[in-house]
Amino acid sequence: MATIKFSLNGKAQTVDVSEKMPLLWVLRDTLGMTGTKFGCGMALCGACTVHLNGQAIRSCITPVSSVAGKNILTIEGLSPDSNHAVQQAWVEQDVPQCGYCQSGQIMAAAALLSKKTHPTDADIDEVMRGNICRCGTYQTIRSAIHRASEILAASNGKPAAKGGVA
Amino acid sequence: MNSIRKVNRRSFLKVGVSGAAGLTIGFALPQTSLLLAQSAGSRVFPLNGYVHVGADDIVTFVLAKSEMGQGPMTALSQILAEEMDCDWKRIRTEFAPVDPKLYGPLQGTFGSMSIRTGWDPIRKAGATAREMLVQAAAQKWGVEKSRCRTESGAVINTADNQRLTFGSLAEPAAKLTPPSQPTLKTAGQYQIIGKSVKRLDTPHKVNGQAVFGIDAKVPGMQYAVVARCPVFGGKVASFDAAKAKAVPGVKQVVEISSGVAVVADNTWNAMEGRRALDIKWNEGALANLNSAEIRKMMQQATDNPGAVARKTGDAPGALSGAAKKLEAVYEAPYMSHAPMEPMNATAHVRADGCDVWAATQIQTAAHGVAMQITGLSADKVKVHTLFLGGGFGRRGGDDFVREAVETSKAAGVPVKLTWSREDDMTHDLYRPASYTRFTGALDAEGWPVAWHTRVGCPSFAGMQNGVDRAAVEGIADLAYAIPNIQVEYQKADPGIPTTYWRSVGYSQNTFFTESFLDELAIAGGKDPLEVRRRLLAKNPRMLAVLELAAEKAGWGKPLPAGRARGIAVVNNIGSFNAQVAEVSLDKGKLRVHRVVCAVDCGQVINPAIVEQQIQSGIVYGLSAALKGGITIDKGRVQQQNFHQYEVLRIDEMPVVEVHIVPSQNNPGGIGEASTPTTAPAVANAIFALTGKRLRKLPIHNEDLA
Repeated sequence: MATIKFSLNGKAQTVDVSEKMPLLWVLRDTLGMTGTKFGCGMALCGACTVHLNGQAIRSCITPVSSVAGKNILTIEGLSPDSNHAVQQAWVEQDVPQCGYCQSGQIMAAAALLSKKTHPTDADIDEVMRGNICRCGTYQTIRSAIHRASEILAASNGKPAAKGGVA
Repeated sequence: MNSIRKVNRRSFLKVGVSGAAGLTIGFALPQTSLLLAQSAGSRVFPLNGYVHVGADDIVTFVLAKSEMGQGPMTALSQILAEEMDCDWKRIRTEFAPVDPKLYGPLQGTFGSMSIRTGWDPIRKAGATAREMLVQAAAQKWGVEKSRCRTESGAVINTADNQRLTFGSLAEPAAKLTPPSQPTLKTAGQYQIIGKSVKRLDTPHKVNGQAVFGIDAKVPGMQYAVVARCPVFGGKVASFDAAKAKAVPGVKQVVEISSGVAVVADNTWNAMEGRRALDIKWNEGALANLNSAEIRKMMQQATDNPGAVARKTGDAPGALSGAAKKLEAVYEAPYMSHAPMEPMNATAHVRADGCDVWAATQIQTAAHGVAMQITGLSADKVKVHTLFLGGGFGRRGGDDFVREAVETSKAAGVPVKLTWSREDDMTHDLYRPASYTRFTGALDAEGWPVAWHTRVGCPSFAGMQNGVDRAAVEGIADLAYAIPNIQVEYQKADPGIPTTYWRSVGYSQNTFFTESFLDELAIAGGKDPLEVRRRLLAKNPRMLAVLELAAEKAGWGKPLPAGRARGIAVVNNIGSFNAQVAEVSLDKGKLRVHRVVCAVDCGQVINPAIVEQQIQSGIVYGLSAALKGGITIDKGRVQQQNFHQYEVLRIDEMPVVEVHIVPSQNNPGGIGEASTPTTAPAVANAIFALTGKRLRKLPIHNEDLA
């Protein structure tokens, strides 16, 4: 057992748990934040994706001790009222079906767009191939990422992206 | 039931409903323009089993179906709203409790039935509610009902344009006798049926608020995982809990019928405890079973004639005298469902009652198993349905509910029991493998005249006259007008647990039949589309989707070098589906570029959801065609996780085009409509490209060399 402090969705968080306990289970069971999902436990499916200091990580294989002193962002903290560009695009295009993988998809897409504001289809493939969707929402995920890129561009006062869209 | 309120504070679901007025829980929700919470303290009046109207004008649709992505929450709400004339923006939904009187003896979601079986009762429920509200308004105004009309959640007096909202009429309306034969709208009057309204569940699925089975929370809850025998049918011989109990956080170790449950203060510690557990297994009769032996068993079964599932004309006679004969063996493997949400359930067993929170496809099964384990009467057991993180047939099983109830009962605390991905993949109830022989014959002009199939496949759906319907569906109901058809079934069951898997028998059999038909077409020197056209001439709906898919895909038109097309068509779940796949090989690697799909599913409720389901079914079918496959060694499943049981990812996603045939026929199913035709369309395209006929799934790149 160890006392581990980190920032969770902008707020200081302290947990007393086993050091090797994956962040996923700290979030879900210890803190009751169930928006982050368990899918495989081996970083194979991306359902558990959260941001660590702005980078997308798989929380199912991330020991909580390794996030001490760092900033963790989960789906619950992505935006105050579901108005992140990715969430807006996801709602506009009705991306989710069962929805179980979508927290991870959205967090992965948000991290992608924070690095590449106008991702190409190849950029999307490279990053999003880490996130499985068994409902097969891939085609809509792709178009919604392009749409989120437009929303971001518009909100930054820049013209919407043209390249990228398949 | 404070615990239940707490579970759902963050969701729009009111778990557990009763017909009494004034009991709705109020809670504030962000971003719920469509799914509204009832105002705090508002009184609610049930007009029938599906419709409750609040004094605050909120109409609650009680959904007796599971939402696993296929969209019944939205589409059935549309049907209700259409007939009720309620305000779409003031509809909310909640999952129904188990109630056989209201929702039938088998309450569940399977067989792409939600719209098909909901179409009549929910239209009637909406129209009944509407007429009761109209009658209440007419009485209030002292006018004839015929002077009233309804619009967007209100009754309007046509004489003076006075208006009463449904909420203000709910109390008197609930006291009226429901009309027995309410008037239903005609298709020409539809305003919301047929519209691509936004899904009601989306806002909660983009911010982590949607509560899936695995997200259930109950005060005092502990967390469990189960150690199960890796060999099917194996049992615990003995176990020593000492090392498991020494793991920090582990509370209890209890034996249950499926193995040994480790109960801890969180899921991770329960998993750590399970790793430390010493168990000796009695592996049982299947300890030496392997895939090669299973294949041999099925193969040998098909050496002998089977029970006749279909006999049209005289296939053996026609085959013996045919101008040209063709023989082929087709094979498909066991398949795991692998929904994104691993199996799980939460149960709280007490002396006087039992609550189960589960992502289940069959509420009555969950209810029944909890009653059986606890010995409690039906009214003391409550099943609370939460969102399903995928189902695909897997969640029709009651095994995960059984484990949670048994563990809570043994441990004496509320328990959330979670399966790891490895548990899920190695203890699934699988889509059965199949070994199926085909013989076909052509006449002198090259047209098919005889078709003989012998299916070797396990049975799970029940035998009738020696035939398992699920094992032969897609073959026994072959739609082609071939004058001589015989289909036989040989049960060959090695003991691997099996069940329904998206599109069931069609998932493998349509691959077989549509590939073999292609073989016959090519052997007769015909174009595969031309042969299908001729043999479906008297099947207008099947022919129409075939023609539409072919036309939209540009069948027969030139393609870039290195690309080819394949076509397939099916009639299952009351719908008609044709697909044209376009493939290429790049350095030995197969690429599916495009799938053009035409579908006739009768009256469409929500075209956008139909399109989603078509895409979804194609991805599921492609994963099965090109990836999956469960194999057995030493009685164990060899695939543990997604690195060994691969599924389609975004970088392999073809462009999918969906074309819907307009129809006012009664609705067909949609969730399983598109899965069957994907594999054969792809395999037929591969043949067109390479001349190589692939008769065994999954198709791997090395098979194409």
